[in-house]
Amino acid sequence: MSATVEINFTLNGRKRQLTIDAGLSALNLLRDKLDMTGTKYACGEGECGACTILVDGLSVNSCLMYAADFDGRDIVTIEGLRSDKGFDPMQDAFVEHGAIQCGFCMPGMIMQARHLADTNKDLTYDGLKRGLEGNVCRCTGYKKVFDAVADVIGIAK
Amino acid sequence: MADKVQLLTSIEKKTLIGKRVPKPDSRDKAIGRTRYINDMKLPGMLHGKILHAGVPHARIKRIDVSKARDLPGVHAVLTADDIPEFIFGMARDNRPLKGGKVRCVRDEIAAVAAESEAICDAALALIEVEFEALPAVFDPAEAAKDDAPRIHEGKDDNFNLKYHFGSGDVKAAEATSDVVIDETFNVHYVTHVCMGTSCAIADFDPDGKLTIYSQTQYPYNFKMDLAPALGMHAGDIRVIQPPIGGAFGSKLDVYPYEPVCVLLARATQRPVKLMFSREEEFINAPTRQPVRIHLRAGAKKDGTLTFRDIKCLLNNGAYTSWGPTVPYVMMRTFSSLFRVPDVNIDCQSVYTNNPYAGSFRGYGNVQATYALAIHTDIMAEALGMSFVDLALKNAQVSGEVTPQGAVLNECALAECLTLAADKTDFRAKEKEYAALRDAPGRFKRGIGMAASIHNAGGAKIHKSDGCGTILKLDDYARCTVITGASEIGQGIDAVLSQIISEELGIPMRDITIVNNDSAIAPWDVGVHASRTTFIAGNGAQRAARKARVQILAAASRQSNVPPEALDLREGWVVQEDGGVPVIKIDRILRQMHFSDEPELVMVSDYYEPPSEPEGKDHVGDMSAAYSHAVHVAEVEVDTETGEVKVLKITSAQDVGRIINELGLEAQIEGGIIMGLGYAISEELIIENGQVRNPNFRDYKLITSPEVPELDLHFIESHSSTGPMGAKGIAELPTIVIAPAVANAVHNAIGIRFHNPPMTPEKVARAIWEKNSSRAAAE
Ligand code: FES
Ligand code: FES
Repeated sequence: MSATVEINFTLNGRKRQLTIDAGLSALNLLRDKLDMTGTKYACGEGECGACTILVDGLSVNSCLMYAADFDGRDIVTIEGLRSDKGFDPMQDAFVEHGAIQCGFCMPGMIMQARHLADTNKDLTYDGLKRGLEGNVCRCTGYKKVFDAVADVIGIAK
Repeated sequence: MADKVQLLTSIEKKTLIGKRVPKPDSRDKAIGRTRYINDMKLPGMLHGKILHAGVPHARIKRIDVSKARDLPGVHAVLTADDIPEFIFGMARDNRPLKGGKVRCVRDEIAAVAAESEAICDAALALIEVEFEALPAVFDPAEAAKDDAPRIHEGKDDNFNLKYHFGSGDVKAAEATSDVVIDETFNVHYVTHVCMGTSCAIADFDPDGKLTIYSQTQYPYNFKMDLAPALGMHAGDIRVIQPPIGGAFGSKLDVYPYEPVCVLLARATQRPVKLMFSREEEFINAPTRQPVRIHLRAGAKKDGTLTFRDIKCLLNNGAYTSWGPTVPYVMMRTFSSLFRVPDVNIDCQSVYTNNPYAGSFRGYGNVQATYALAIHTDIMAEALGMSFVDLALKNAQVSGEVTPQGAVLNECALAECLTLAADKTDFRAKEKEYAALRDAPGRFKRGIGMAASIHNAGGAKIHKSDGCGTILKLDDYARCTVITGASEIGQGIDAVLSQIISEELGIPMRDITIVNNDSAIAPWDVGVHASRTTFIAGNGAQRAARKARVQILAAASRQSNVPPEALDLREGWVVQEDGGVPVIKIDRILRQMHFSDEPELVMVSDYYEPPSEPEGKDHVGDMSAAYSHAVHVAEVEVDTETGEVKVLKITSAQDVGRIINELGLEAQIEGGIIMGLGYAISEELIIENGQVRNPNFRDYKLITSPEVPELDLHFIESHSSTGPMGAKGIAELPTIVIAPAVANAVHNAIGIRFHNPPMTPEKVARAIWEKNSSRAAAE
């Protein structure tokens, strides 16, 4: 039907080469073609953050990105978020602070939190609240999310 | 082995009850490993999509699906003509696919099963439909008129459900009143906005038995309600519940997409998955019930409440789900929040061409408390009292019985009120802010309080409010608990594991909860009415105690210590006194298993709470416990933009007893934020039957920057019937917050909002109107 393109990229630390539909969204590539369902669909319009991934270290709503634009980039999804010691401290903190209820928003929330921690040296508590604005959660009151992130990056309220 | 026993001289009792325990499933969720229903694929699976009417009231003149059927990749296209007239729903007024005419924009008129969602969409676009518009009616008061268009053929009028409760003599009580306040409230449409959109997967075996992967939060009655929509026997339906992205009451009924998905699977003999897009979700998923509440009530000079006389009109929408049954709970609040002997309540729902409501966290009590707690604040103002003092004057004490027969054992209303007022310096701030209302300055501070009551020990709305539990221990002292209670993100997995761990002295990680397959787990009413910790918790505790008795009896036979003098701690049978170890639990289990009289520890329990269904007169002690919550909201209103900034929420709630402090806080925080959306930002705008804002941009949820400071306080009243003394807690936080904010806004700017949400536009307009009428008067 539509044109295809070949892309070369790094996904969670492994090199990948794929031929894909030029119009395919990054989210659909991950979920439907690669069966990496950790990244969620909840709106498809860039309004909820459930599909957040890291592209060259920066957070992106994968539902708004063309998969073709993965070419030449370093992609990290929730499945690939790890530290040398095991799980990313952000993942541990979300668990320990009780920040996770149904959990559907949490892959996106955790990826965004990781982006905030990595890209803002002097993040404040208020700053992290603003930085998570694009990530909708319907279960929690967000407070435990803030506490988890603040704990990881070592800031007080 | 024996040597090791000697080394341990004493094992102390450690408890997890009241501790901060993460949800057992949260690790998987944090690493993206949890396989939600929305993530699932079955081999050979097709996708399904529905064509919705998009018009509110019309005759279907012609529907032609031939082009859609011819599209490559399409396996089936169904309309009402292709299936028998299956009727389902609470009032038996709904059908999976509508033929003849449509009654609201949601109406399902055709469905496609195809190789991909994209092919489904292409096929839907090829379906030709011609409608002939019919006169439509959207306002329940209009729909109640004799000459209103009929929504359902064969009915004399559009009235649907009616409720009446009366106690005492309202007229006589009014005559003794010094103050009578008469106010009308209009509470709006909001919707659940579960992050995981609605989804079902249906799969038939060759014998015609159905397996449905479902988001349902009431798997057992779900089978019963789904069966008539398919012409099936409920016994031939197996419900599997994968993890879901939220429910909040939206999954407490069968909605047409579910039987449609099954009918597509039946037609294609392939598994079919049907999942809503976000836009479909906003338009077609249930809403909270909107209600017009007319509330007339009186008090004596000293603040003693005398009577309440209430009329509610409910916009039923086109079909009947739980929405129009919310008076069951509204009436409870009107008759039971504070002591008021003389009460008259009339509620009715009227069919319109609007979408229809389901149950939603708080279920009627959100609506009732919004009206009643604001009304109470108006009453307090008229009497020259503070909300807290008027409430305290009329607060019930333990053991009191309300006019509808609720027995308020372990009632902590007065403690909640006092604590919330003390923690916020409520009386002083209320006076101070009111005095500053008309002083110059753009930003105005306000403080407001609200209280409510809710069932906290289940709700006997069916003949049984029970929960079944099966518990087994294997040779390694690993415990499997098979419970009817569903996990929908609320945290029952943690609570049940803690209770079992407490009773059996084994660590939480050795406990597996199985609760996602109706072919395995025993019956339960479902996750609703703040009932699961109470009901399933009691069931789990009782099952664990049976297992405990069996283990201690065996250990007693072996050690010659009487069972009453033994305890289970940290994987050991110990002597209660001094904690002297007797034998490891796994060891005694193996000895029991491989003895001359072999026995396995596998027990079951069916727990039915000590409550009774309401009679026809709506009287009955329908819950095994009740509890109260009081919220204080502190706000700042920008009088130029109308923005209401909520600075701080202080909550005092009777929780019976804390089981999992982390889960308790999470539920209360989440409930408050959800209720805050109801108060200041969320509204599903429905005009002429059409949903105008079906996306996150225009349907404004509270997000992280607006989260206020939250100060939570728990009162432990120790329910005599709850597991370890616990009460149900999850709905009250959502119920109480909105009127607390409304009362705070009034305290700040002197304006009442009887029609939430208090959006900047609405607040700014009200301020402008107040200023211009004041200017006109001067
Ligand atoms: S799914 Fe991408 S932002 Fe919502
Ligand atoms: S935890 Fe359920 S949506 Fe965030």
